[in-house]
Amino acid sequence: MRYIPNTPDDRREMLREIGVSSFEELLGSIPTPLRLNRQLTIPDGQSEWQVRRDLTQMAEKNLNATGHACFMGAGSYDHYVPAAVNAIASRSEFVTAYTPYQPEVAQGTLQVIFEFQSMICELYGMPVANASLYDCGTALSEAVSMARAHTKRTRIVWSEAVHPSYRRVAQTNNLALGTSFDIAHCPNGQQTMDSISMLLGDDVAALVLQYPNFYGLVDDLSQLVERAHSHGSLVIFITDPLAMGLYTSPGQLGADIVVGEGQSLGNYMSYGGPYLGLFAASNELTRLVPGRIVGITKDVDGRRGFVLTLQTREQHIRRDKATSNICTNQGLIAARATFYLSLLGPQGLKAVGEACCRRTQYLIEKLRSIPGFSIAHEGHHFREFLLRVPGDARHFYKYMADNGILAGVPLTKFGINDERGILVALTETRTKVEIDSYVSLASEYASGGSK
Amino acid sequence: MNIPSGYLYTKEHEWVKLEGDIASVGITDFAQGELGDVVFVQLPSIGSKAVQGDSFGTIEAVKAVAELYSPLSGEVVEVNSELSATPEIINREPYSSGWIVKIRPTNFEAERLNLLSPEAYKDLTSA
Repeated sequence: MRYIPNTPDDRREMLREIGVSSFEELLGSIPTPLRLNRQLTIPDGQSEWQVRRDLTQMAEKNLNATGHACFMGAGSYDHYVPAAVNAIASRSEFVTAYTPYQPEVAQGTLQVIFEFQSMICELYGMPVANASLYDCGTALSEAVSMARAHTKRTRIVWSEAVHPSYRRVAQTNNLALGTSFDIAHCPNGQQTMDSISMLLGDDVAALVLQYPNFYGLVDDLSQLVERAHSHGSLVIFITDPLAMGLYTSPGQLGADIVVGEGQSLGNYMSYGGPYLGLFAASNELTRLVPGRIVGITKDVDGRRGFVLTLQTREQHIRRDKATSNICTNQGLIAARATFYLSLLGPQGLKAVGEACCRRTQYLIEKLRSIPGFSIAHEGHHFREFLLRVPGDARHFYKYMADNGILAGVPLTKFGINDERGILVALTETRTKVEIDSYVSLASEYASGGSK
Repeated sequence: MNIPSGYLYTKEHEWVKLEGDIASVGITDFAQGELGDVVFVQLPSIGSKAVQGDSFGTIEAVKAVAELYSPLSGEVVEVNSELSATPEIINREPYSSGWIVKIRPTNFEAERLNLLSPEAYKDLTSA
């Protein structure tokens, strides 16, 4: 539809049709004190190039990962996106693919989803994965309500090392259902037995753990999983798929539901979205999985075909029974993740993971020797760690950003009361030069260069 | 249509057959015919309470999903675990190996008055 503004003639005609002589008369029944009685403060129209120039200037005020060395993570990571991902994903078949309401005519779309699901199953070591959800927060929210529906219990225990934003989304979405949430503190940033097992009990629907956790630590979770299961609780893992080239899969550790953020797989940070919610579950839970699952079958002539195998009926025709209102998936972003994973292969994924770990370890060692700086947690770090800086982390962030480095995400941003804490992430794209300048700027900062 | 004698029926097309103090429950031949190919049965857990007239599970066919209503009140003592792998038994043998749950009824004599005889069920389904 074209937008056609009214001409003065159009307005006169409309007023005449209504039976008034002016716009003022039309508003006559509204008391004068209630009216604005002045023109709206909207500037005059501008040409396209003027608008573009102004917006570009505004956009240049943003600090981004192209103009700065980005050490910020906390759920969104500056991984390299191979050009081939963009080339393949820009094909019109993928870009314009709409949600398969008539699935049988969308074989290509369905095949990509099928491949995507298969890869997520393999990465997480789980038998079932859906066609994706919106982002990790909504995926966790769905996992929580699914655990509730399956166990018919209402209490959730989650560790403090679960990303605060994910927790917030899941809590908001589940509060009205009467779900209660207990947070287990992680004194050393680690999800260990001590505080978590105290909260477990026979009324707990699920224990929620993050692996690698919010602070980048890879915890040993096998005993916790066992303990939760002994109470009949499910265990929900939040796992970055990119870490799966290196570590034991959640499935092998006994997870019942695994969710994750797929942004790290061939997708950009894009100022926060669209992202990709990953969702996998055990066989027993298949029928409760939200969203859609694509399956493979044969037609009457024995030819291979893809079908929307499972879409919980409740979401369509039995809404009163529904535990989820999600009937769709994040098609293009999931397709990008599929291309990324197929381009990297298991070896490539492992190489990216190792590169992240090596860089992280290198920066950790360097920063340890700078007076006033400390690494908050001991343990094995994947790609991320909590740094404590001298003074306020926001001040440190500003100093570093002024010198071309986005130093990390201050913890206060998540409402965590740790003014010195800043979460630092290193992907495979951080060069030695960038890491070394991080270290030298930090040294300067410590020796008063910040003043 | 097969409506065997020796069974009692509900208006919602379940059957019940008491043997000793245990009642088997399933869906009728008429119901399986109307539903078509059964692909999934959601069973209650053993030990759960069944209440006459309340839903105790769902049955899913290719084109529809239906609630399963308990013909009697009591405790679920057994479920037909064969159905998880081969739900189509319900289509083949709705009154024998296609049984769904076994209930130990707590109030059979009073509740049987709410159930239909084979003749009454025949009237209902041929109407």
